[in-house]
Amino acid sequence: MSNSEHTSKQFDADLEDIRSRVLQMGGLVEAQLMAAIEGFSSGGEAVIDQVLTAEPRVNSYEKEIDDAIVHVVARRQPAASDLRLIMGVSKIVTDLERIGDEAEKIARMARQIYARGALTIPRSIDVRQTGNKAAMMLRRVLDAMARLDAGEAEKIIAEDKLIDTEFRGIMRQLITYMMEDPRTITTALDIVWIAKAIERVGDHAKNIAEQVIYIVHGTDVRHTAAPPAALQGNA
Amino acid sequence: MANFTLQETSEKTPPPVTQLSIRNFNFYYGKFQALKNINLDVYKNCVTAFIGPSGCGKSTLLRTLNRMYSLYPEQRAEGELLLDGKNLLDRDLDVNELRARIGMVFQKPTPFPMSIYDNIAFGVRLHERMSRGQMDERVEWALQRAALWDEVKDKLGQSGMSLSGGQQQRLCIARGIAVKPEILLLDEPTSALDPISTLRIEELIHDLKKDFTIVIVTHNMQQAARVSDYTAYMYLGELIEFDQTDTIFIKPGRKETEDYITGRFG
Repeated sequence: MSNSEHTSKQFDADLEDIRSRVLQMGGLVEAQLMAAIEGFSSGGEAVIDQVLTAEPRVNSYEKEIDDAIVHVVARRQPAASDLRLIMGVSKIVTDLERIGDEAEKIARMARQIYARGALTIPRSIDVRQTGNKAAMMLRRVLDAMARLDAGEAEKIIAEDKLIDTEFRGIMRQLITYMMEDPRTITTALDIVWIAKAIERVGDHAKNIAEQVIYIVHGTDVRHTAAPPAALQGNA
Repeated sequence: MANFTLQETSEKTPPPVTQLSIRNFNFYYGKFQALKNINLDVYKNCVTAFIGPSGCGKSTLLRTLNRMYSLYPEQRAEGELLLDGKNLLDRDLDVNELRARIGMVFQKPTPFPMSIYDNIAFGVRLHERMSRGQMDERVEWALQRAALWDEVKDKLGQSGMSLSGGQQQRLCIARGIAVKPEILLLDEPTSALDPISTLRIEELIHDLKKDFTIVIVTHNMQQAARVSDYTAYMYLGELIEFDQTDTIFIKPGRKETEDYITGRFG
């Protein structure tokens, strides 16, 4: 990557504006995810409402950044590292928006569970722990993006497998739970949705890490590893 | 460093065939060395673009390829320009024959002060004897290939100077290809043209590479990105980087190239 400035200061300003808005969006999405997990753990209505109220802001960020990207492409015809940054960021924004959607999903499910007055939440601690791991993964990938740290991005890609494994563990336990006591099925299914949302956050964080590697090295590492064990056998 | 395998873009295209090899090439304007140890292959039926800031030697390199410099005694070249195994710098080489094999189009359109028809026929007559009918066919063929025929077929007797700038440039390209060269050198062929005429020339370049090998010098980086298969970035008389155009514009290997391509130069 080239660190020196463009001859056109306005081009530098445009790129910096996009970069900082993506980081702001990332910060908001991370806060949304943390709040959603907190809402699920505590059942606190205020924090759940906060997630649902803030969700449209995530969507606005996506539209604003996409618009800024289109302008830069139209006016500057970015090349080389600038081109890779623009292309990478445009995909990262999509992943961030999806993580925002997953956070919203978690918040809605949490509200549903507590509205039903469920007293015991099966596997609640496991789900929260996995959720925190996914949130940490997101935080680190945002850092890696800010610092253009491809080495860190590689590590994050490897860690997604951990979340996938934990997700499968939670699923197995929930299935056992439902078989033992069918009255828990409704709540357990909501938990399945939440766990699935967390697992998807891990996937999106991994996608972002792949884009960081593309931006830095120009190497497309998507779909290069063996498919996760969860997908094997389903084919 | 990442341990991922690089995905070679060259896998998509068949390996190129070298048409012209530039080897250990140096060029001097008097005592000033304008080109320093250039090594580069120009590939058959491909468009190769030379890019770089003013004074980097890209036009000088282009002009050496058909020995334009030999008009000036103080200019001197060393090394090898190999076309079919023969060094174009050899003293016994027939320069006129060379210029029929390697044609050139300049920045400003330079039609001869004669009819459109004769602009094309003039060069052909120097190299080939043919009947009037054959010449008519050749003129039409050249104008067709230069995408100018439909615009001038009813006024072939009119002066070449009466055409618009873009048409004049296509006339010069038609004149260049009429002698059926192997290589066509284009020295900033669109810098004096409006955007639409520029696009027509670029479209023409794309079309012409099926029959000819093309080398183009351009100040317009996006033009190099649009029309060329290979790009050479030059700076201060040196070849900094040469690679497939996609590689140069997406993932250049050298920081100097990166800085120039992304507008961080100077």
